Amino acid sequence: MSASTDTASIGGFVVDQAELARFEATKRRLLWRKRLLPLAAIIGLLVAWWGAVVLFEIKPFIAPSPVAVVKVLIARFDILFANLVPTAIEAFLGFLLGNFAAIALATVFVHKRTAEEAFFPIAVMINTVPVVAKAPILVLLLGNGMEPKIAIAALICFFPTLVNMVRGLQDVNPQALELMRVLSASPREVFFKLRVQNSLPYLFSALKIAASTSVIGAIVGEWIGSTKGIGALIIQATYAFDTPLLYATIIVGSTFSACFFGLIGLVERRVVKWKAPRA
Amino acid sequence: MTASVAMQGMPMAERAAAATSSGGAAVHCDGITMRFTTERGTVTALDGISLSIPQGSFLTLLGPSGCGKSTLLRVIADLAAPTAGSIQVLGDRPEVARRNRDIGFVFQDAALLPWRTAIQNVSLPLEVGGTIAHAGKRSPAELLKLVGLAGWENAFPHELSGGMRQRVAIARALVSGPKLLLMDEPFGALDEITRDRLNEELLQVWQSTGTTIVFVTHSIYEAVFLSQQVLVLAARPGRVRELVPIHLPLPRHLDMRETPEFVRLAGHLRRVLETC
Repeated sequence: MSASTDTASIGGFVVDQAELARFEATKRRLLWRKRLLPLAAIIGLLVAWWGAVVLFEIKPFIAPSPVAVVKVLIARFDILFANLVPTAIEAFLGFLLGNFAAIALATVFVHKRTAEEAFFPIAVMINTVPVVAKAPILVLLLGNGMEPKIAIAALICFFPTLVNMVRGLQDVNPQALELMRVLSASPREVFFKLRVQNSLPYLFSALKIAASTSVIGAIVGEWIGSTKGIGALIIQATYAFDTPLLYATIIVGSTFSACFFGLIGLVERRVVKWKAPRA
Repeated sequence: MTASVAMQGMPMAERAAAATSSGGAAVHCDGITMRFTTERGTVTALDGISLSIPQGSFLTLLGPSGCGKSTLLRVIADLAAPTAGSIQVLGDRPEVARRNRDIGFVFQDAALLPWRTAIQNVSLPLEVGGTIAHAGKRSPAELLKLVGLAGWENAFPHELSGGMRQRVAIARALVSGPKLLLMDEPFGALDEITRDRLNEELLQVWQSTGTTIVFVTHSIYEAVFLSQQVLVLAARPGRVRELVPIHLPLPRHLDMRETPEFVRLAGHLRRVLETC
């Protein structure tokens, strides 16, 4: 191979432009492969679904064809969107409330050992009660408005974040703690420069779970008692045997959930730029 | 058991003179005893250790595992309090020396903060623990250059090799301009080639900064190559076995390890260690 003249050395790495271009091209190809393969699989499954519905002459109220679902998605988008808004607000407020409370409580737990020993078992116990069981209690307590849905979404977010945040704040490299002592760092400095930073990867994995579960919480809350929202629309469509609308509603709900998840992932990549050592 | 270090025996007369004028010993231990109580009973990690380390010198603590060499280093750094005995670091209690930011510590695993780049890790001591009265003369960037990491300022720890991470840790320990540098088996996890190179570089750093270094190792060759004195500790309970002065000229190079004097010293240390 003829020697490239575009070489430079940065910090021990020899930079060869031709080699670098080839490396980048391979990386790009692998990336596209990673994107296109799932897309192809989805299209394949949709075609199979559509083929099965047509071939076996399945009645639309049992299982509609993807074409019928798309038609409803377009024709009744106004209704779908109008019902998405309250669910999105409930999920988002619940997400904020639940995670804020979890982070605050985790901070208290890390500073006051007694508080953790007293309340952590209770938190775990409440967490073992299924959402569908907690939901009616909250509806009775908070009424028929948005409040119980926000509360359910918050509760569902709260526990994974609490557990992960406590772990993230505590699982600090013991030598790093000793280093902070040698440096005579104040407890405040240890918390912000060491514990908080250390907890971020743990926090974001909890927040990503919370992003999708908060939507589930809001929907479950709407099932118990509501006239609007994705959950209410699911119930109405089911009872009316409007199966294409049911499917369309589910698609709208999941799309929102996925977008919320993606948004948190995007923020994570902005905040946690370093590779987690134990990830 | 006492191991008093004789000043007149030091190879670098000017260092000894400087040490005398600035108040003598960097570290002075008198009868340091350390006991731990566990489920299986009480363990005596250190049993009446007395020693004096002159300022500006390089002393190595050598001994088998369980001899308490790391514990002794932690007592000096105020990371552990002795059960009995008295200790003075730079003429005062260890806590005062620590609060004055006169102590630098290098851990066995580099203990870099993974979310900070190399230069941000080196800067950490300047950001915490209040302002340093007499901050080091060298900036974080200069220190990275000193340890041979120019061009790696913005690399994250996971992008660095084990040896490079340990270099960053050394630069970090030096940034506050410590009068006393404590190193707890810093090169123990590195391959031999990297370790040899870092040994040579550490001696250069020591000579250019003039700081007192207390180094813990279980490698005889490392001890002889680096030190002015080697303090051999015996295990269970940890106690002073022998203080061996190393009269090898400075600067030292790796091929010095083949000289008769080096081989003789290493042989002597090995025989002492066999009785520990």
